[in-house]
Amino acid sequence: MLTWFVDGLIGLTILWLAWRAMSIKELYRAVTLFIAFGLLVSIAWVRLGAPDVAIAEAAIGAGLTGALLLVTLSRLRQGTLKRSKTESPDDSDT
Amino acid sequence: MTRIRNRIQRSLLASLTVVVGGALALALIETPQAGQGLTGIAADALPQSGVTNPVTAVLLNFRAFDTLLEIAVLLLTLIGAWALRLPRPRLERLPSSIIFDNLLRVSVPVLTIIAAYLLWIGAKAPGGAFQAGAVLAGVGVLLHFAGALRLTARAIRWLAVVGLLVFMGIGVALVLISGALLQYPLAQAGTLILVIETAATLSIAAILTALFVAVEPENRGAVT
Repeated sequence: MLTWFVDGLIGLTILWLAWRAMSIKELYRAVTLFIAFGLLVSIAWVRLGAPDVAIAEAAIGAGLTGALLLVTLSRLRQGTLKRSKTESPDDSDT
Repeated sequence: MTRIRNRIQRSLLASLTVVVGGALALALIETPQAGQGLTGIAADALPQSGVTNPVTAVLLNFRAFDTLLEIAVLLLTLIGAWALRLPRPRLERLPSSIIFDNLLRVSVPVLTIIAAYLLWIGAKAPGGAFQAGAVLAGVGVLLHFAGALRLTARAIRWLAVVGLLVFMGIGVALVLISGALLQYPLAQAGTLILVIETAATLSIAAILTALFVAVEPENRGAVT
């Protein structure tokens, strides 16, 4: 009974976090929610009896991807800051 | 007018999503209880694999060729990312602060030990090269932000290919010895798997870190 409750809670929280991460306007919060989502998904993998997948999900899904998204966010901000100062938008690439 | 069209488009999309999602859910519910599949065969062959963790046995022994190709794919991804020639970002390292420095001081050694543990334990419990490599890549990312990742372009390239090289080298050597690609002799299976996994861990960590940094390391000296 209790395990059903906990499993259901994890499942519902994953769905809720996924929805929040997609719908929220602030990108920084969306990334934070995504990291929390990844951690809960890895707990769900443990509950499903797949600890191998859980470790990979925690390290890559939540850790590396989360860090990657945060860096992307900060570079996006830098990009917009620079772009608003200069008139030529083609500063990247090449 | 456009608002109405948007609304129609949205409701069409929503109903399409509901139909597809419902069909998928129905298919999942209607699926007959899965049969045994290859579980029994894999479990029976486990004593001949050199390891006791069934996941590692499948990944590094029974289906080692798949894993070999996966590492090759990872390497190709890195080459592809480097070929994009992305611009070097201005903020490459975080400013030094008490919190960040102390976080590094604690987490870098602990994470490195965790990675080594995951690599070692992979033979008998959940763990293995990919998980260990991912954790080690976390160390690489942390060091990158601290500006402490001082590896030459040559070192990074060697680290990225060493996994594939060792894997292929052992594979080819086994063709000459036992006549089949990656068919380990039983006595050396555990050792060979550990050697391959160690090299693969280094490569996975290097490739993931390099993909995170995304910018190709500069050629200092004569790197061709």
